[in-house]
Amino acid sequence: MSHSKEEHHCWNCGEHSASERAARSLFCQFCNTLQAPSPDYYRFFSLPKTLAIDDEALQQTFYQMSRLLHPDRYGRRHERERNYSLEATAILNDGYRVLKDPVRRAEYVLRENGFQVGEQRSNEVPPELLEEVFELNMMLDELKAGDDDVIPQLDEARDRFLAMLDSIDTELDEEFRSHDAADDDGARMASLTAIRGILHRRRYIRNLIDEVDRQLTSRNA
Amino acid sequence: MDLFQIDFGGQASKKVLGIDLGTTNSLVAFMDLTGPVVIPDPAGRNMVPSIVSLSDDGHSYIVGDEARARLITRPDHSVYSVKRLMGRGAADIAGEIKLFPFKIAEGSESVLRLRMGDRTLTPPEVSAQVLRRLKANAESYLGEPVSQAVITVPAYFNDAQRQATKDAGRIAGLEVLRLVNEPTAASLAYGLDKRNEGVIAVYDLGGGTFDISILRLHEGIFEVLATNGDTHLGGDDIDNRLLAIAIEDASSEWGRDISTIGEAVQTFRQAVIAAKEALSFAPEASIEVSYGGKTYQRSITRNHFESLIKDIVDRTLAPCRQALRDSGLGPDQIDEVVLVGGSTRIPLVRLAVRNLFKAEPHTDLNPDEVVALGAAVQAAILSGEVQDQLLLDVTPLSLGIETMGGVVTKLIHRNSTIPASASEVFTTSVDGQKHVLIHVLQGERELVKDCRSLARFDLKDIDPLPAGMTRIEVRFLIDANGILAVSARDVRTGKEQSVEVKPSYGLTDEQVDAMVKESFDKAEEDFRARQVREAQVEADTILSAVEKAKANDAWLLLADEERATVDLAVNQLLAVYHSDNHRLILDHIARLDEATVRLAETMMNTAVQDALKGTKI
Repeated sequence: MSHSKEEHHCWNCGEHSASERAARSLFCQFCNTLQAPSPDYYRFFSLPKTLAIDDEALQQTFYQMSRLLHPDRYGRRHERERNYSLEATAILNDGYRVLKDPVRRAEYVLRENGFQVGEQRSNEVPPELLEEVFELNMMLDELKAGDDDVIPQLDEARDRFLAMLDSIDTELDEEFRSHDAADDDGARMASLTAIRGILHRRRYIRNLIDEVDRQLTSRNA
Repeated sequence: MDLFQIDFGGQASKKVLGIDLGTTNSLVAFMDLTGPVVIPDPAGRNMVPSIVSLSDDGHSYIVGDEARARLITRPDHSVYSVKRLMGRGAADIAGEIKLFPFKIAEGSESVLRLRMGDRTLTPPEVSAQVLRRLKANAESYLGEPVSQAVITVPAYFNDAQRQATKDAGRIAGLEVLRLVNEPTAASLAYGLDKRNEGVIAVYDLGGGTFDISILRLHEGIFEVLATNGDTHLGGDDIDNRLLAIAIEDASSEWGRDISTIGEAVQTFRQAVIAAKEALSFAPEASIEVSYGGKTYQRSITRNHFESLIKDIVDRTLAPCRQALRDSGLGPDQIDEVVLVGGSTRIPLVRLAVRNLFKAEPHTDLNPDEVVALGAAVQAAILSGEVQDQLLLDVTPLSLGIETMGGVVTKLIHRNSTIPASASEVFTTSVDGQKHVLIHVLQGERELVKDCRSLARFDLKDIDPLPAGMTRIEVRFLIDANGILAVSARDVRTGKEQSVEVKPSYGLTDEQVDAMVKESFDKAEEDFRARQVREAQVEADTILSAVEKAKANDAWLLLADEERATVDLAVNQLLAVYHSDNHRLILDHIARLDEATVRLAETMMNTAVQDALKGTKI
């Protein structure tokens, strides 16, 4: 993403600064009042646009920024600063929720780069899963018909899918790293396309597991 | 404007109160130099029972302990446990209203209206009476006016219930700086002197609500990981179990159905509460009632009591398990458990908590006071007195919008740290469409009919364009009080889009404004009525004194014109006696007083002479 030339212009003291650092800061470097926050999560957390993130450091940043920005700290300040505090804390909390979860984080970056994700609950079966899914649906039908003998087989299938989920997460991790290491936009976009494919598969398997769980629970109830 | 007015200091900093507005009892606390302190009423009592009664003359409200007796003597003028009715409509409470002796007035679909004597009050107005009492107690204790407060609410309260609580504050003349969740407030009170790190579970079983919250404490930050609960589960339900048995018992013993007699039910309610409380300390207790010249007595063992309430206690466990799941923690990862609410004194409740969390629960602080103390800590955080602590709370319920086929699409999930926001782009579906209606709901279920309708937002005055041309970005923002605000903007023009809010339950801003105004008018009216009454009492005193004096010999010793002046003053006072202007009455009292100076002197003299005559020297 390209940024146009930005300037800092404080709403409170009126000071200008042309430095990029000042423009990106949440506080005016002259009077220290809170400025209108940026809705870009990476920028808000002052993070480079990488997909691999240090969880521990992210949590520390979250706590630290909460202390600085939370509306509790602005109870007796100017109304405009109070509103910025509310806005900024909402972005902080929303951003933390997205960034701390690898899947949501990846979806966020994909969306920022113009990919469509998540919305469509695609029924398209990933080709490599066709056979497994076919068998699973047979078993679920038998279970619905009252045949409890398939339960051990279903449990096995469930374990297989869980194992797949694990290996997908490893795969995702690797693809994150190759995305972060990409030295040109072409390589980066190729990586993102691959990630989108992995996420699609992951979501599909997750839904299958949920479906098996639902059927087994209603069977037991 | 109030630009940085406080930062410059100068005047004394304004105190912010911490208020626990409970189902059964309410408390007010503030931050002293030594820490949070509960403020007692002038009689030294820390708890104000959340009972409101309209006086017989219909001019004023009686609140607290003084209103308790009136639950029995004037049940049609009195209301209790009104917190259960906050933010709810008539249909919501159809099931449980049988257990309340309240009369619901017409027009209660979206806001309940309770009949109290000849007045009709909404639950926020009733709660405002309790708040007003707490405010007055605080002002007389602190010796200065207060206008700002933090009020606690059950963590599991929905948007309408929170809004209703905020409305109550406004009607009572309080600026509500923050609504704080009760279990979170309790953790603040505990965390203050313990400085502990780790994960704590707060189990809060009050008079009418149950909450469970799981928090992580880290360097002064109290981060709520998950919360769950049931806003209609509490000590009241336990009372009702005992009540049902005692009433049925007594009805058959006495040979008449007393379940429909308000006075009788209230008498029995107070008796079973006493027995319930005794059973927390003794293996056996007695329910004793005398009513209408008859007496009823039955003893009940703790075992029997526990078998009666076991399912109620068990109902608290599912929310606990859900909260644990949502926090991603197992029971063995909970370092400490804190108990809040009077109902946690029941041994069976403690046992259930111990079994679930495999930890000995904390009870160092008085479970009745800990929430108010925590509210005072939060008040001090907001006023800047406390700087090293910060509360990060969550929204208890998912927020979603109605989409095709009556399905709810979730935008903000439960247990999201607040403030939290979500945006959604809406487009028009018909050529020239000028309105878009957005139905917002709260709840965890998939279908609209299974969730709680929160409000309908009407995006108005949309430029009439071909279908799909207009794109409006709607932003849903849940603030730190857990209350939703919605704003909208035309994506193409960037122009702010006007939004009209139609709340499904609760009062509109205009209605609350009217109530605030009316409560001031009423207060004014009440005050004036009292002044007139006091002037009349004073007039009665002087009139009867003059009447008596006229029988005295001294009356005859006065000159004719002197007697005429007195008679004139008496008649003039009688003429204004029934006016609604207390000054007029006081004026004429003063004139009569002046006109009778000679009479009084003469009386004094004759009295002295009489005394001298009668004295043998």
